[in-house]
Amino acid sequence: MQLVVNNSQPQTLLDLRAGESGLLEAIDLPEDHATRLMEMGFLPGTIVTPGCTAPGGCPRVFRVGGSEVAIRCETAACMRITRTI
Amino acid sequence: MSDCHSADESPIAIANALGPKQSLVAIVGPPNAGKTTLFNRLTGLRQKVANFPGVTVEHHLGQAKLPGEDREITLVDLPGVYSLSPRSDDERVTRDVLTGKMAGLPRPNSVLLILDSTNLSRHLLLAAPVLSLGLPTLVILNMVDDLRKRHGDLDAAILASELGAPVAMISAAKGEGLEKVWQFLAGTTIVGAPRQVRRVELPVLQDVPSCHKWAGIVGQRADYRAPAPPLWTRRLDSVFLHPIGGPLVFLAVVAAVFQSIFKWAQPLMDAVEKVIAASGAWIGSHLPESAFKSLLIDGIWTGVGAVLVFLPQILLLFLFIGILEDSGYLARAALIADRTMARFGLQGKAFIPLLSAYACAVPAIMSARTIENPRDRLATIFVAPFMTCSARLPVYALLIAAFIPDHEILGRFFGTQALMLLGLYALGFLAAIFTAKLLKSTILKSNRVMFILEMPPYRWPTLRGLGLRLYDRAMVFLRSAGTVILMVAVCLWVLANFPRKADGSAPEIGDSVAGMIGKSIEPAIKPLGFNWKIGIGLITSLAAREVVVGTLATIYGIEGGNDAKPETLQTALKRDLTPAGSVSLMVFFAFALQCMSTLAVVRRETGSWKWPAAQFAYMGFLAYVCSWAAYRIVQWL
Repeated sequence: MQLVVNNSQPQTLLDLRAGESGLLEAIDLPEDHATRLMEMGFLPGTIVTPGCTAPGGCPRVFRVGGSEVAIRCETAACMRITRTI
Repeated sequence: MSDCHSADESPIAIANALGPKQSLVAIVGPPNAGKTTLFNRLTGLRQKVANFPGVTVEHHLGQAKLPGEDREITLVDLPGVYSLSPRSDDERVTRDVLTGKMAGLPRPNSVLLILDSTNLSRHLLLAAPVLSLGLPTLVILNMVDDLRKRHGDLDAAILASELGAPVAMISAAKGEGLEKVWQFLAGTTIVGAPRQVRRVELPVLQDVPSCHKWAGIVGQRADYRAPAPPLWTRRLDSVFLHPIGGPLVFLAVVAAVFQSIFKWAQPLMDAVEKVIAASGAWIGSHLPESAFKSLLIDGIWTGVGAVLVFLPQILLLFLFIGILEDSGYLARAALIADRTMARFGLQGKAFIPLLSAYACAVPAIMSARTIENPRDRLATIFVAPFMTCSARLPVYALLIAAFIPDHEILGRFFGTQALMLLGLYALGFLAAIFTAKLLKSTILKSNRVMFILEMPPYRWPTLRGLGLRLYDRAMVFLRSAGTVILMVAVCLWVLANFPRKADGSAPEIGDSVAGMIGKSIEPAIKPLGFNWKIGIGLITSLAAREVVVGTLATIYGIEGGNDAKPETLQTALKRDLTPAGSVSLMVFFAFALQCMSTLAVVRRETGSWKWPAAQFAYMGFLAYVCSWAAYRIVQWL
């Protein structure tokens, strides 16, 4: 994956609040899981926006590349982003 | 329709049935692209289900009759895939069929690649590997009506020349734009898109990032304008996934499904039961007394009938699942249920099968198909029969009424008998989650649970789609009823009717093979508090659990069939079974896999006898141990 110099705290999809969006940088997961996520639109370099959340806070829905995809929080925590507005 | 009669046909048989000139066309596309809707549009009822050899992946084969011609084309509906990289069974099967490596199925002559036009940037990813196979391919952009309604658009002519393949814009749900598809199937080239050199070369390295980059360039050149976000979907989600409203709607839906499969199905099931009994009696009255008549009426008709009674309940349940799935709510329900299911090592999608299992394990196991992860799916299939299905109710009702004194606990509405029933439900549920946790932490362990669920936009389910789905599931059930269940019914009849008496008539049940087996297993079941008569009941109830009631009635010599009063059987039982033995028997029925339909369906869904055998042994073992424990505890009390 690509290396990004980031001065602030490393952030993941989990840190995104409603109304914010983030630029996906890397997926820190085994290759087959990362590929599966990329097929669903989670490609490094794309903008991800948080959508609805299941009651209880997990799993969470993310809007990416025109579709809405739900993933568990532990997966979202392995996806690094830089925050855009 | 002539091709709908046979049991699961192997692709080999189908390939041989294909005439030398008949062409095979494969339908390929990502999940939710509308593959099945298009397939149903093109073939209607002229389709059948089959399994590929060695895998549990199901596919449909159908005949499409070209309009205005006498020719027929065979269509194969392949599983929904996001790529052709062979990581899952679905992807491997799709790849093997398209490259001609699937045993028994010829390489398709051409491909219909169906993509969701409202989600083109992602769905185009699949176009690269499919087009590079070199088969004549029609790229079908589905849901174009929805795309335009949401102010999206694209230039199909440019897209066609960029891809070097003809492009058709359709709405499969409404049946619009299908002329181009028929033209392609008929072999006539579509005007404006002859086979030509594609302008954007396909990515050499077919990994996701390069395919994505390629798809981006193609989409841009074809002036693809992505649709506005689906407004109604957002609005509905703010209700259905609301922190408080969401769970309330969820509970209401669950209650409605539950209510319908118990209450609404009952009159239909009674009607089926009456029809089977009446038709059996009618046929019986036209046959001379003979062993053959007994086999036909008491063995086959009654045995298969005992299973057919569940058909209305199964269809009603699939109607509900169909509405939930086609409307898009099922994905939301799975999202809500995921957190709870994850605690037992299962995932959100396992929730519908487990709920369905309260009605009947058969549709539950068939509906586990929605779970893509094979380990999660197997675990769900394995634990589903622990849920208290409706066939256990007659057994519980008989034993509770006979042995559990009714004392009020909470006023008139809740007494000891209701508590006992509730306890049995809880027992099954606890066994299911215990087993799920056990499986998921041992043989079906998946290191890191990956749960990815696409939230499709909400759509109105179509009557056509629901109807075909019910027809399809009914055929699957009837086929298993027609084969395995028929066989077991005949075996059980033989056990109960042989050896014949000296005059050739049927033996007393105690002298039959079943009776002998009952007596020979008596030492084994004595520690559970059962005698040989109950042992016979355990054997015959392999057909279906509620059959034990009828068997016991026969054994205790209650003649007169329908005129027999339930009290008589209860009194007779009280003579032979202690209260501790009755609790033990109920616990046995809560756990043991006494159901040939379930075994037949698990075999079909898992592709081998290995899983049903393991399930039968495990549940039988658990039943034995727990019944013994229950017997000891109640005796000691």
